[in-house]
Amino acid sequence: MKNRIKVLRAERNMTQAELAVVVDVSRQTINAIEKGKFDPSLPLAFKIARFFSRAIEDVFQEED
Amino acid sequence: MDAKTNQREASTRKNTWHLAYWTGSWVLTVAIATFGPEVIWDYNSGISLIFILINAIVGIGMILMNRKYINGLDELQKKVNTDAMAIAFGVGVVGGMSYSILDITNVIPFEAEISFLIMLVGITYLIGVVVSNIRYR
Repeated sequence: MKNRIKVLRAERNMTQAELAVVVDVSRQTINAIEKGKFDPSLPLAFKIARFFSRAIEDVFQEED
Repeated sequence: MDAKTNQREASTRKNTWHLAYWTGSWVLTVAIATFGPEVIWDYNSGISLIFILINAIVGIGMILMNRKYINGLDELQKKVNTDAMAIAFGVGVVGGMSYSILDITNVIPFEAEISFLIMLVGITYLIGVVVSNIRYR
């Protein structure tokens, strides 16, 4: 699954560690999601999308 | 933000120490229940039974603490640990059965000891956690 977390984070000048605190996971988890190595659960995906004030499909997209 | 991070880290650290405490206690009670009859209480069945019960009760505590530890992790670490446990369980079943057959068929010149199987499962679990953490780094 692709995602735009890195871009959205950069727009807010925010570090992985800061986002990790907001959504209550480890920095390693945010890093693995950003790199597409780990797909988050639906609740975590919603939490991330809600934090960026985006719809979930604006943040996460299915790979072709 | 820092306080929340520290709270999560502190909680995981606390759970890790509690798990280590329960695991250490379980290993200690295994040693006492195993070697006690020979070196301390001269094979008194009543005393042996008491220490075997203590060992089982501490073992239940260790299992519950392990569950609490896993539930306290974030979802990536839960996946890392469940993947490692799945591999360790598989290696335990397959390796244990092969080891048992080696003993039954007298291919190995000694009795199959369960301690070797426990060590195999433990080492497999540790390797699984390390490899998964490297993969998700």
